[in-house]
Amino acid sequence: METTKQSIGEHLKSHIRDYGMLIALVVIMVFFQILTEGTLMRPVNLTNLFLQNSYIIIMAIGMLLVIVAGHIDLSVGSVVGFIGALAAVMIVNWDLPMYLVVPFALMVGFLIGAAQGYWIAYWHIPSFIVTLAGMLVFRGLTLALLEGQSVGPFPKSFQLLSTGFVPDLFGPDKPNYTAALLGLIVAAIIFVLALRDRIRSLQHGIENEPLVFFIIRNALISFVIIYISYLLSTYRGLPNVLITMAVLVSIYTFITNRTIIGRRIYALGGNAKAAKLSGINTERLTFLTFANMGMLAALAGLVFAARLNTATPKAGVAFELDVIAAVFIGGASMSGGVGKVIGAVVGAFIMGVMNNGMSIMGIGIDWQQVIKGLVLLAAVIFDVYNKNKSR
Amino acid sequence: MQDTILEMRNITKVFPGVKALDEVKLNVQSGEIHCLVGENGAGKSTLMKVLSGVYPHGSYQGDILFENEPIALKSIADSERQGIIIIHQELALVPQLSITENIYLGNEVAKYGVVNWHLAHSMTEKLLKKVGLNELPSTLVGNLGVGKQQLVEIAKALSKEVKLLILDEPTSALQENDSQKLLDLLLELKNQGITSILITHKLNEISRVADKITVIRDGKTVSSLDCITDDITEERIICDMVGRDMTHRYPDRQPNIGETLMDVVGWNVWHPESNERQVIKNVNLSVAKGEVVGIAGLMGSGRTELAMSLFGKSYGKNISGEIRLKGQSVDVSTVKKAVANGLAYVTEDRKELGLILEESVLRNTTLVNLEGVSHWGVIDDNKERHVVENYRQVLQLRTPSVFQDVMNLSGGNQQKVVLSKWLFSDPQVLILDEPTRGIDVGAKFEIYNIINKLADEGRGVIMISSEMPELLGMCDRIYVMNEGVLVGELTGSEATQEKIMSMIVKA
Repeated sequence: METTKQSIGEHLKSHIRDYGMLIALVVIMVFFQILTEGTLMRPVNLTNLFLQNSYIIIMAIGMLLVIVAGHIDLSVGSVVGFIGALAAVMIVNWDLPMYLVVPFALMVGFLIGAAQGYWIAYWHIPSFIVTLAGMLVFRGLTLALLEGQSVGPFPKSFQLLSTGFVPDLFGPDKPNYTAALLGLIVAAIIFVLALRDRIRSLQHGIENEPLVFFIIRNALISFVIIYISYLLSTYRGLPNVLITMAVLVSIYTFITNRTIIGRRIYALGGNAKAAKLSGINTERLTFLTFANMGMLAALAGLVFAARLNTATPKAGVAFELDVIAAVFIGGASMSGGVGKVIGAVVGAFIMGVMNNGMSIMGIGIDWQQVIKGLVLLAAVIFDVYNKNKSR
Repeated sequence: MQDTILEMRNITKVFPGVKALDEVKLNVQSGEIHCLVGENGAGKSTLMKVLSGVYPHGSYQGDILFENEPIALKSIADSERQGIIIIHQELALVPQLSITENIYLGNEVAKYGVVNWHLAHSMTEKLLKKVGLNELPSTLVGNLGVGKQQLVEIAKALSKEVKLLILDEPTSALQENDSQKLLDLLLELKNQGITSILITHKLNEISRVADKITVIRDGKTVSSLDCITDDITEERIICDMVGRDMTHRYPDRQPNIGETLMDVVGWNVWHPESNERQVIKNVNLSVAKGEVVGIAGLMGSGRTELAMSLFGKSYGKNISGEIRLKGQSVDVSTVKKAVANGLAYVTEDRKELGLILEESVLRNTTLVNLEGVSHWGVIDDNKERHVVENYRQVLQLRTPSVFQDVMNLSGGNQQKVVLSKWLFSDPQVLILDEPTRGIDVGAKFEIYNIINKLADEGRGVIMISSEMPELLGMCDRIYVMNEGVLVGELTGSEATQEKIMSMIVKA
């Protein structure tokens, strides 16, 4: 077994696709930090940034799996609206308790995804068509459910889904020690896991990341986590939804990187016929991918309704575009088989930071859209360019 | 006496990490048929891509002289303007368009953007006559067989006033008689003064048409042979190609045949889209422990359909019949069940059906048996790596690392990845469908060794091949198939090409 020692330059070059968008995110953040004269990274704005983008990120995780599997889901925006409306009707109009409504709503989301996935997986109807139909159907049902009105406000307990914060165990004073402490703990855990991985790889002689690179990379990750949790601790602490997001990102990163089912989704998207002839139940896998997407869209719907504190017929309009854009900015391939959860999250943050930054600067919604469109195009061109160069 | 039409001097082309061409020289005289031979991955295709402008001037070192003028090609259009036309292995025709439309695609007979179809059709007719294709110019290309499509490609090249015609393995997908026709046409074109470069693996073709031979190995020119002055034997060419002496094209094996492993009884399969067409008719076959069983037959005789229908009903519908493993009737109605019962199927189309090209050697190898490297559904990276490294050594897989995308491997190495994948599922019976298609001589020998080793380990091997010598060299027993029916069975020792052909013809 030969160990291929790579220089730092070579390593960076061969991983430019992995790090490119992360670097872009940092550059964009620095850019807006300067242009907004420091407003971007203020604790209150940072907190807002997480709250504003939470539902996009939650859906981007599900969408990543869908896109990796070689499909697309256009219905998620309408599902967000529909689930929000459903929750509002059940909680506000019917006075049902949260512990019933939330699981029920997630289940409905799962079933919506499953219903669409059924046609896509077992009838081989293109996902574009099925979910386009779903987009219309659930937007219509949202309107029907709400009878064209907004329904709200929600009780306090429901709002906590989105606008709540993890309470400080060390008393109500600022700074929020729990937030800072959690940040430290998470950073430590990530570092220990990375170190363990590296040691095990070295034992098997299969590590080829230069040590300097490993140190810099992990130092940066730790620094970012600790710095952000510190900033958040000086405001109101950790938003509940940030915890939800972090847990989801961890779970799905693990699933995609380390588990059989994750590996099979990539195989399915890479070459469905070969996957099928390798004994993979491609139909069921596609079906589950869509069911999962439906459930995550339902969760996003609840978070969004909780954040607005009302369910409106317009909720979630055009969200699917933001979600899909986030996944592609994050390096996923339109033809399937390629993409990472963390990439989709970074992609969502790139969109989110730009939205936020441009809004602070007072750029109108018109030009915001133009710029976002160009960034999406640029990101994909960058990706294709790198891919061609590496051939 | 003859003019040099093409001279490629010291062409060097470097890809990241790989030197694909290393000071390659190629001299082609006007009016000759020049055969370019070499193993897959030797650099033949890269060299032709340099020549046809796919890799533009500046992306390689060295000079190209065409008709004694140095040329700097920037694109395919550039090279076509010079009269250098390449016909790729994968045909570049649009099946939904007619012959005329295909021939003049991108080069339409038009004035101010309006096509003169009458003129185009009559010009096409002349071209078709020239290449000996007896079809109407308005016929859709999709309705033609591969052999005739190949002729359309050549007619298309002729329409562009070709001076140097390059054919990249033109006969690899053709039946014997179509290949013969194509070679005859090349000789005919030679008489008309058209120079061609023929890239091929098939030694009998070389001895039939070649005037000159250039052998390339590992990106270097190994030898340039002249068929008139030099004493050329097939052994000499093979020796140059693989860099070693190969007296035996098929490895020896002492068959040690045991009890029957698999029986197929009364197998019937209908076409997936047509209720009238029965593709497989009442097939009975068996394979024993340690036995290599061949299925001979022409393309379209139903061999692949049989194999795929046996393997988890991956082809056809209304399938009836019984499969017995060691005498027990088993359910292999899905791929998963087939694999669980110890069946493996190595497809003839490894790029479309066998591999995930954009994924690594590692990920492709463990795909069938991910459970074998996992605990509770979580993959153990180190264990996986060890498993794959092991296959890499055992099968002598040539790749810079197991993390290399299989897309970047040569045909022979890709096939080894497919074999590793199925070996890791530890099958009892392997069905190998054209296991050496598109693989060079050296790698073929390695694949044969692997097949023999599998049999020696007590597995049963069913081998489907269009190359009869291969079946004769490898198999203990050969079934002959024609139009979905097994029309005969021969033992390895009694089988000859003539006997097999006569069974097919007389059936």
